[in-house]
Amino acid sequence: MAPKKKTIRTIPQQRTPAREQEPLVRARNFAEVNCGYRVEDALREADRCLLCPEQPCVNGCPVGIDIPRFIEQIGAKNFRGAYDIITNTNLLPAVCGRVCPQESQCEGVCTVGESLEPVAIGRLERFVGDMAISEGWANVPYVEPSGFRVGIVGSGPAGMACAADMAKAGCDVTVIEAFHEPGGVLKYGIPDFRLPNSVVDAEIEKLIGLGIKFECNTLVGRLFSIEQMIGEMGFHAVFIGTGAGYPSFMGIPGESLNGVLSANELLTRCNLMHARDFPGYDTPLQPGRQVAVIGAGNTAMDAMRVCLRLGADKVHCIYRRSSAEAPARAEEIHHAAEEGIEFHWLTSPIEILDDGKRGVRGLRCIRMELGDPDESGRRRPVAVAGSEFEFEADMVVFAIGTNANPIIGQTSKLKLDRRGYIATDERLATSIAGVFAGGDIVTGAATVIEAMGAGRRAARGMKAYLGLRDTDAVYREDDGGRPKLFGIDLEEHGFALVRLPAGGPGAGPARPATGT
Amino acid sequence: MLLTSEGARFRIVSRQDFSDVTYLLEVEHPQMARAARAGQFVIVMEHEHGERIPLTLADFDRDRGTITLVIQAVGKTTREMQQNCRVGTCLHALVGPMGIPSHIGASRKVLCVGGGLGVAPIFPQARAYRESGAYVIGVVGFRNRELMFWEDKFRAVCDELIVCTDDGSAGIKGLVTEGIRQAAGRHADIDECVAIGPPIMMKGCAEATRPLGIKTVVSLNPVMVDGTGMCGGCRVKVGDKVKFACVDGPDFDGHQVDFDDLMFRLKRYNESEKQAAVRFQDSCRMRDAATAAGAPPSAGRAEA
Repeated sequence: MAPKKKTIRTIPQQRTPAREQEPLVRARNFAEVNCGYRVEDALREADRCLLCPEQPCVNGCPVGIDIPRFIEQIGAKNFRGAYDIITNTNLLPAVCGRVCPQESQCEGVCTVGESLEPVAIGRLERFVGDMAISEGWANVPYVEPSGFRVGIVGSGPAGMACAADMAKAGCDVTVIEAFHEPGGVLKYGIPDFRLPNSVVDAEIEKLIGLGIKFECNTLVGRLFSIEQMIGEMGFHAVFIGTGAGYPSFMGIPGESLNGVLSANELLTRCNLMHARDFPGYDTPLQPGRQVAVIGAGNTAMDAMRVCLRLGADKVHCIYRRSSAEAPARAEEIHHAAEEGIEFHWLTSPIEILDDGKRGVRGLRCIRMELGDPDESGRRRPVAVAGSEFEFEADMVVFAIGTNANPIIGQTSKLKLDRRGYIATDERLATSIAGVFAGGDIVTGAATVIEAMGAGRRAARGMKAYLGLRDTDAVYREDDGGRPKLFGIDLEEHGFALVRLPAGGPGAGPARPATGT
Repeated sequence: MLLTSEGARFRIVSRQDFSDVTYLLEVEHPQMARAARAGQFVIVMEHEHGERIPLTLADFDRDRGTITLVIQAVGKTTREMQQNCRVGTCLHALVGPMGIPSHIGASRKVLCVGGGLGVAPIFPQARAYRESGAYVIGVVGFRNRELMFWEDKFRAVCDELIVCTDDGSAGIKGLVTEGIRQAAGRHADIDECVAIGPPIMMKGCAEATRPLGIKTVVSLNPVMVDGTGMCGGCRVKVGDKVKFACVDGPDFDGHQVDFDDLMFRLKRYNESEKQAAVRFQDSCRMRDAATAAGAPPSAGRAEA
């Protein structure tokens, strides 16, 4: 029964490739680039995991997924079991398997990776997440209503992760979103060819299955304030995950020309508002023929590849450092290059040129070289005198990062740091009792999984504040039959949610409403 | 009650047509009616395939639990809304109030100037100043008498009202800048001017008040998508700074705003907008023809 012990020599040496659309075909459509693993691919790749006792991958994961155990279950063809293990810590495997920078997280520290290519953990996670969607699996935790009401501001990855944890702790959770659809950056930002919006919707359906309510078209700060939520509106705790969002520009001449826009605007028009289907949808987006995208992060890669799919002839990536410093996931840069994106490393724009009709004619750039390391530890780019040059472009997209969204700061007394992000303690509690914050609005722009990790960390702080016992989820199968438990001892079955008496520390301004 | 249930949200409870292009929609949203302040705006999506368009609040009634929008049918979306938004129908999306509310300061004598599509949104400002105890001089401009609306509402909140029409068919003949000149001629102690309207009109107002040294606030309504500071499409030049109208405004110092830049940026999507408008008109014509021929009317949306 027990297979003989695997060693680095006995496992399949080559990483199992994921099927992908051909670069030149996919560069002209919005269907997913990476088609994912088939069962045989997943079994082969699962076999590459040594199930090593050190399991560095678990520590490498911001949410601490029990990676060896779920891979073990895949190897045993118990895909549902693998799903149960992943969803103990991560409710959105189909999303994370696609968008996490695995090479700098779990896969970056994989033991197999010391001598061979690391186990393709992300692809395996996605395989399980996609199977759960197609099979309709959902894990509904066995919870007792705690009587607490929790408000989550922002329905992006941080908010979703926090909402899921609080719902599992028996709270009545409402997620509030300003856009007309929930999902945050997963919907408006990440394009369909990398993360289809249908996958995001499927994952949101699972959260709704947990009893979480989503309220869209609601701009917190302006329709009501954080203080009102925690006060008269009766939320016992609030989590703010509104993201960074406010796009940066460089302040070079020509930025207000028509044809210059932020990656956020380009992506929102294309992804959320379906400008790619104009005029079937009403939101317009003037496509560029020669596009220059400034920046080399994941957002820049997305923007460039969107422009190609919208019909651009040529798309350039302009980045002031070298490829080694580019912040994008390795796979994204690789995919972008395959699709024909032209990279201009060590190049910085200095002026956007006017075509005489307030449109863009081109870009004037200067060559850079790397000097001494700066505060980020990366070598600082320094302009090479006299190296200016021009090239043609009719559209310029800025993807050079974002700043804190100002609305919550403008409309509440929350303490902010000097850059406008919300100041928190190590439990992600803010300066207002009962109000927690996490994700980009605390740390500045980061990744989806880091935001999810922050959402979960804030949920732990929130549970402590509310006096709720923090236990990992207990699941029952969603078939209406007798509850079957996963991942927790049976005597824990009737676990009680411990709550401090109303009026005690952290009871909040209002008494907990009785659970209904 | 925190939030209304889906389905019956954003119901249109009354509608008024001021002319063949200008119409008023009163929309149910009790929470927004409570939160709204003068100078704020909303973003509306008429249907699932629609675009998000910013509209300045023309009024809000806390007792009725409604907000009021006055819309000019100029592009595809606003024309389509003119056709589809009937009493009892619901908007697909409505979010707001957005933007920083107007600062209703200690000014004792204020000029509230509205032109064209800016006439309606200047009303809450005039009312707010009146409530703060200021002497309010309203200046409203229309092309002609037929297009006039809300004269009674303005008279109720203004100490003086100057109506300007291009052809002189009502009030004085001339642009709102002529009204400003007359008001300034009669009152040497005007503290502040608030002007809302098309960019060219606001620019004219700012130029009219600049030599008089009257502080002038304008409300900008550039192209935007989300309205929450995320897309940066609404960036405007104010003095030597770049501001986002949605979260840093929409009110700005009219003497600092680069209106020429604003006017060019408003044309960003002109080509697509023209294309959409032509296509929409064609679909309307086809539907009308079909209806005339006795065929059942289509859903109002032509297939690509």
